[in-house]
Amino acid sequence: MNYFQLFQVPAQFDLDLTELGTRYLELQRNFHPDNFAAASERDRLLAVQQAANINDAYHSLKQPLLRAEHLLALRGVKISHEQRSFTDTCFLMQQMELRELLGDIPHSSDPYALIDEAEQQIQQQKNSLLHQLAKALDANLHEQDLQAADIIRKLKFFFKLQHELELIEQQLQD
Amino acid sequence: MALLQIAEPGQSAAPHQHKLAAGIDLGTTNSLVATVRSGQASTLKNAAGDDMVPSVVLYQADKVVVGKAAVAAAIADPQNSIFSVKRLMGRGYAETVAQAQQLPYLFVDQQGLVAIETAQGVKNPVEVSAEILATLADTASQTLGGELTGVVITVPAYFDDAQRQATKDAAKLAGLNVLRLLNEPTAAALAYGLDSGQEGVVAVYDLGGGTFDISILRLKRGVFEVLATGGDSALGGDDFDHAIVQWLQQQSGEAELAHQRLRQYLQLARQIKEQLSAHDLYAFELPTANGSLALSLTREQFDSLIQPLVRKTIRACKQTLRDAGLTTAEVAKVVMVGGSTRVPLVRTAVGEFFATEPLTSIDPDKVVAVGAAIQANVLVGNKSDADTLLLDVIPLSLGLETMGGLVEKIIPRNTIIPVARAQEFTTFKDGQTAMSLHVLQGERELVDHCRSLAKFNLTDIPPMAAGGAHIRVTFQVDADGLLSVTAQEKSSGVTASIQVKPSYGLSDDQVATMIQSSMQYAKQDMQQRLLREQQVEASRVWEAVSAAIAADAHLLGAAELLEIEQALSTLKIVSQGNDTAAIKAAIDKTNHITDEFAARRMDNSIRQALQGHKVDEV
Repeated sequence: MNYFQLFQVPAQFDLDLTELGTRYLELQRNFHPDNFAAASERDRLLAVQQAANINDAYHSLKQPLLRAEHLLALRGVKISHEQRSFTDTCFLMQQMELRELLGDIPHSSDPYALIDEAEQQIQQQKNSLLHQLAKALDANLHEQDLQAADIIRKLKFFFKLQHELELIEQQLQD
Repeated sequence: MALLQIAEPGQSAAPHQHKLAAGIDLGTTNSLVATVRSGQASTLKNAAGDDMVPSVVLYQADKVVVGKAAVAAAIADPQNSIFSVKRLMGRGYAETVAQAQQLPYLFVDQQGLVAIETAQGVKNPVEVSAEILATLADTASQTLGGELTGVVITVPAYFDDAQRQATKDAAKLAGLNVLRLLNEPTAAALAYGLDSGQEGVVAVYDLGGGTFDISILRLKRGVFEVLATGGDSALGGDDFDHAIVQWLQQQSGEAELAHQRLRQYLQLARQIKEQLSAHDLYAFELPTANGSLALSLTREQFDSLIQPLVRKTIRACKQTLRDAGLTTAEVAKVVMVGGSTRVPLVRTAVGEFFATEPLTSIDPDKVVAVGAAIQANVLVGNKSDADTLLLDVIPLSLGLETMGGLVEKIIPRNTIIPVARAQEFTTFKDGQTAMSLHVLQGERELVDHCRSLAKFNLTDIPPMAAGGAHIRVTFQVDADGLLSVTAQEKSSGVTASIQVKPSYGLSDDQVATMIQSSMQYAKQDMQQRLLREQQVEASRVWEAVSAAIAADAHLLGAAELLEIEQALSTLKIVSQGNDTAAIKAAIDKTNHITDEFAARRMDNSIRQALQGHKVDEV
């Protein structure tokens, strides 16, 4: 299913999220199962499936990584996460350093300073990769699409790091 | 095929007929029923003039008593008067016995589920709840002067799948048509009419008798979007009572409390709690083995007894805010729900945490039932201009057991429902035709730490070489928060059959047997009921398809149209007879013939929904 078509928004990475949100609510107002409480069983089932599709589509377009993946899937490019290994040693080094930094936080005398530092680094790298991703996807050429797939795989590492950082911060606060 | 109803919800077959609908708050301590009359939602009083019915069921050899009268008999007959049955819904025997040593019941292991031995034999929580529901529905149909078309029943947002299913089974057993299971906090938000012009983030703090919920909602032009929900489905005012009972027991010096004494202390504890919510000191007589003791408890002492429990709720608030990605400063209002929010310490703690004075203008005991009534009125089709949209979330992650007793999450918590996620599995042996899936609910990584929901056995997989069959399993959670699972082999398109073994629930067959064996339905009644159900469904299908043809006949070829019209006229004739099986067959046939038409209309109306939007924008 083409999620961009479903919401009638342009099939591109750079998306107006406010517009997407409005379209989403418009569709849910029509297809939410609450509209079908008095309908026949089959129609109620159809409505649940339809509403689930709409929710799933919204979920996928709202988040940049999933949106990029969906865009690539529509262009016939698969991400194949596990199969490919990274050859970019610079990226791998960077990851290791960040992991070490995260590992140091709980033992540090000033953990919040380290958290800020890690957050800044992750944010910076993430933004730069997101920028590259947008550019690669905009080209809409196969070569660049493959690059985009690579960037997505890298970005996943940063999103994961960010999540772990949040958990560390929570544990500190508790 | 109810797409016509989407476009013009008021245009049903009998547009002027007001349908009777009610909202039911099936609470741990008290239950209420409410309805909308002349545009106003209010709770309904029973013959004795009460709207709050204690959720207590007394089983005597010759009759069943529900409510106040059952409470009165509780001290004399503790083992047969069932209190707080909501806490036992969807629960296993072993866990209940381990946790509920204080309760005066004779627990029975009913195939792993907890049940209670009573003067009328073994009763499970679904049956006990059905008695309460039937009593409330009775009050409603007597007050309104007619049979209810449908009800909305509220459940704690934090209820898991087993607890929700048990609630729905209880309604079925009571002979009620459930329009929707509605989360209590969402109902409360509706009741406050927070849609009327108000926008922003609202927190609903719901501390009932036995459950605690915290939900964070965003309100925007009639849309009630739940951002995150959290809580504890086994923490509530009952626990305040138990804390007081423990203190009373220490004072009395009795090492162990007999059932009657325990019931006595529990009632005294409730009284103390209520008194200390209004006063700073309460003096009372404590009955003991050697007569009685004159005692008093101060508000301060009471606060320190319940402080750990209140702190637990605040921790849950913190976590849920985090899940919503918000800070306390972004929460505009806090709504208090549930009788236990009358306790001053609760109000202070919540006010301090959110740094705002909590809203209590609607009676916290009634607000949920009122909200449920408002939604029931909309769902039954009485309010055609309803412009509310309730977007709820799944409270606990759904996952599958993988190698090594680990859980792989399929649908993370706080995902908007309805939701469907598919997962692919393959066979690992040549010619394998079956496989088994274990579905769990919870946030932890180990199977043992999550709640087991059900085991699904897939059979009829076409035999192929190992790894040849690709089975796509779809997990779907509907708007009630209930899970269903379907499976299909991808290359052959064969639908694998699924047998569900709920871990803490009743199978469809068990529910059917319970309905049949219940005293309320003699065999003939039962057949009447099944016939009636099929006739109602037949008329729904007939109305929906007729309306669909009227609106969208242009989507059909001449031959298709003829075939559908023939099916419709057969359906109409058959449904006037009393052959239940023939009616069902005619419904199935009509559904089958119109499947393609329904799909076309769905696609068509999605396009139209957004086209209309574009025109508006210009």
